[in-house]
Amino acid sequence: MTELLVKNACVIDPIQGINGEIMDIAIRDGRIVESVSDRAEVIDAQRCLTLPGGIDSHTHVCGTKVNFGRYMSPEDMRAGRTQRRGRMHVTSGYYVPTTFGNSYRYSAMGYTTLLEGAMAPLEARHTHEEFTATPHQDMLANTLFDGNWAVMDAVREKNIKKTAAIVGWTLNAIKGYAIKLTNPGGTEAWGWGEDLTSIHDQVPHFEVTPAEIITAMIQANELLKLPHSVHLHCNNLGKPGNYQTTLDTFELVPDLNPDRQTLYATHVQFHAYGGRTWRNICSKAEEITRSVNSKPQIVMDMGQIMFCRTMTMTADGPMEFNLHCLHHNKWSNHDVELETGSGIIPVTYSKKSAVNCIMWAIGLELALLTKSPWQCLLETDNPNGAPFVKYPEVIGLLMSKRYRDEECATLHPDTEGNTSLCALEREMDWHDIAVMTRAGQAKALGIINQGKGHLGTGAEADIAIYPIRTDSVDPAREYRKVVEGFQKTRYTIKRGRVVSQDGEIIVDGANATFWANAKIPEDIRVDNDPEFIRRFQEFYTVRMSNYPVQEIYLPRGRRVDTEAFT
Amino acid sequence: MLVNDVVCPFCGCLCDDLELEVEADRVVRVLNGCSLAEATFMNDTRLPAPIRRTSTAWEKISYDEAIKETADILKDADRPLLYGWSSTHGDTQSVGVHIAELIGAVIDNTSTVCHGPSILAIQEVGHPGCTLGQVKNRADVIIYWGCNPIEAHPRHMSRYTTFATGFFVPDAQRERTIIVVDTRRNDSGGIADEFVQIEPGGDYAVLSALRALVRGKESVIPKKVAGISKEQLIRIAGICKNAKFGAIFFGLGLTMSRGKYKNVRNAIELTDELNRHTKFVISPMRGHGNVYGSNEVFTWMTGYPFAVDFARGIAFYNPGETTAVDILRRGECDAALIVASDPGANFPRVAAAHLAKIPTVLIDPHVNATTSLSRIHIPCTAAGIDAAGTAYRMDGVPIRLKKVIERGYPDDAEILKKIYDCLNGWMIP
Repeated sequence: MTELLVKNACVIDPIQGINGEIMDIAIRDGRIVESVSDRAEVIDAQRCLTLPGGIDSHTHVCGTKVNFGRYMSPEDMRAGRTQRRGRMHVTSGYYVPTTFGNSYRYSAMGYTTLLEGAMAPLEARHTHEEFTATPHQDMLANTLFDGNWAVMDAVREKNIKKTAAIVGWTLNAIKGYAIKLTNPGGTEAWGWGEDLTSIHDQVPHFEVTPAEIITAMIQANELLKLPHSVHLHCNNLGKPGNYQTTLDTFELVPDLNPDRQTLYATHVQFHAYGGRTWRNICSKAEEITRSVNSKPQIVMDMGQIMFCRTMTMTADGPMEFNLHCLHHNKWSNHDVELETGSGIIPVTYSKKSAVNCIMWAIGLELALLTKSPWQCLLETDNPNGAPFVKYPEVIGLLMSKRYRDEECATLHPDTEGNTSLCALEREMDWHDIAVMTRAGQAKALGIINQGKGHLGTGAEADIAIYPIRTDSVDPAREYRKVVEGFQKTRYTIKRGRVVSQDGEIIVDGANATFWANAKIPEDIRVDNDPEFIRRFQEFYTVRMSNYPVQEIYLPRGRRVDTEAFT
Repeated sequence: MLVNDVVCPFCGCLCDDLELEVEADRVVRVLNGCSLAEATFMNDTRLPAPIRRTSTAWEKISYDEAIKETADILKDADRPLLYGWSSTHGDTQSVGVHIAELIGAVIDNTSTVCHGPSILAIQEVGHPGCTLGQVKNRADVIIYWGCNPIEAHPRHMSRYTTFATGFFVPDAQRERTIIVVDTRRNDSGGIADEFVQIEPGGDYAVLSALRALVRGKESVIPKKVAGISKEQLIRIAGICKNAKFGAIFFGLGLTMSRGKYKNVRNAIELTDELNRHTKFVISPMRGHGNVYGSNEVFTWMTGYPFAVDFARGIAFYNPGETTAVDILRRGECDAALIVASDPGANFPRVAAAHLAKIPTVLIDPHVNATTSLSRIHIPCTAAGIDAAGTAYRMDGVPIRLKKVIERGYPDDAEILKKIYDCLNGWMIP
């Protein structure tokens, strides 16, 4: 039995309704309990800001394309290297760090749970191998279904049960957590070098539209009773005028689940552009947030960009090729048979670029114009908008109008006329930030029941103690202190153990991987369906028996069972 | 006993549809496999026990003794090299990286003498590729450039390209156009619709000519480029531009001939150019069964796919300086641990000669040319035969190799973990 007592913590725990109370937190064997014995180890938090461990609900840290981002970028590996030190392995990389680099830096920032944003089922084994090498965070994997042939066939047949059965079998086989759609239908079109331009375009050969795929997958998701909702990267990412596609997509979404959203729309900044060309691009954040404010069934994340060099990587292959034709830098593409695509190119977001400045402003506008912080979560689509180490700066910008004004003064002069950011007075408070960086994620991902995102009795003892005294720092004026405070915790506690102290990793990690297991009735299981098996054996290049990821790849797997079809 | 859906660990194709007949501790029949697979499973003659060289002969030693002596050799080394890794599974590669980090060694894999130049090209311009199933289901134009799949990857054509029935290519043999580019007419060239015989060293010029043609600059092309007529070049550029889905596969004929990584860069840029007209992909024909896995494991752990030098504490990468052949050629290396490969057979003479001069330890299931350069040879399991683990196919698809028999050997990952422990380190459990 191990016991730990965190004393004098200034706790903000939005799920428990605690906002800035000074209290003690008792921990036994990795979980939060009512009290501990007097033999417990004691940490004095000295009234510092204490939050549930941070949760990133959309980040790219593990798997085929992330690793290819490293593989093709020795220039970035040189940019972020550290030596082996104590318990810490060597790390390399700044915007696509090695797995240990990601894990240590997230831990230093108080993050204890990460959702990998995009895993191709065929290559899931790779993602799980990297999860094991990202030892300080619990991991979950969004699973790509945007160009899944079997799913598109079932959607065309308007067979929701079959759609659900395919999804359920796949998640179980490859140990995925949630449904991800990236440019639905578009990634299949990209198999022929084409793309779709609206949610009502037909996918070549398959005769379904993105709207039909999205609608059916939402229904299938709820039929499977999956903990998370459908997680959507909308069509037309990064194109001027795409806000209309985003609004059209939001209109498709019914309100089907009382416990969480029905659609998680990711990196919406990249989907909120007005104008017709790069010359007249403008913000449509007001239109987007008006829609979201009236639709509790939708949660989005910001997809904030920050001014820096970084790497874009997404399953959205056609988008990456278009971007490559603009940037003329190196370009990688990796389409995955019967499932999805992917692309990678490096980019630099510059204050000298009007487009980049407008993008930067849109992300902040989305957060500031969304009334409920539970509906707009803080993410940069790491590393697409910026590496996650920039989150503290984003927090600073959201909390301080002065910081925003100072930044705006350095931007391209076209920014002001094409966005409303400068007119926004809102300054977020500590509670808003706690929602946008952990509580909101826990609710959106459906992991509150797994003891994530809060500090109630029975919760997993994932805790971040920041060197910030909320009673003595005015974030509106002293935003630098806020940024510094969120960069490095005093203590990051993972499952009851101090894993990181003042930025130093002090123990070996022992993370867990959560995956969803929906119980599917025998008569509709696809692994009993001869036609499904025949097509699999004929068109995949691996045998169906070699496709599933064995449990040995999840040394601390946590299966989340659902009572599907009930 | 019959075992189904077995993965052949030999080459980068990682065919996973073999059927093996197994009797006790040996494989007696291989179905669906090529001749290389058959030899891999059937001619699996192992070194029975660890051996150490004496002044006149070899002596048998225990595993514990061999492990202890290997650790001592590595501990005493100033500039140790850990090389190989491409014919074993991911766990072994991962422990190897941890040892390298612990003792400040150089760790390199067999890419260094095969597709290392392809990696350098990709680091300059990227890699437009895909999984092999995309090619199988869609491609109507296939180009094999500087490689001979019929000999080196015998089932590549029947599983993934020329003869494979695909969803959008139901009659593969009629619907696919096969182009083979090589300096001589090999077996693969014999079945090509279009054989392009290039003068040795002419790849870069031919690729440049094709890029120009794809861009519509016909007028700049001379009558012949590296032995190929302008007419044929125009015809090939036309086939490529009119393809619905084209795929280029290239081998060492491109990476190791004059121009090296610049050839590959040019081929990638041709692919890029073709994507402005249609869909085109390009992929290296990786040799060893899990060489791509060694690139993957090295990359997520260190940031670099090969040639990683930990001597400065950080991971440092500079091919040409930190590559195995160069470390050996300069005589810099003073101890070597070779795992799951045979540099004795593949390295330039001067590099192999240096291996013979220094204390070299080989961990490999089989006696090979490197054995004769080594001081100690420790036999182990063979991944995919009597050990399970992950391997990455040439297109990046990770597949779990199966353990089909038990032969009583320790896994190479276990041997390395013991070496690590001897070196008094710490590592993740």
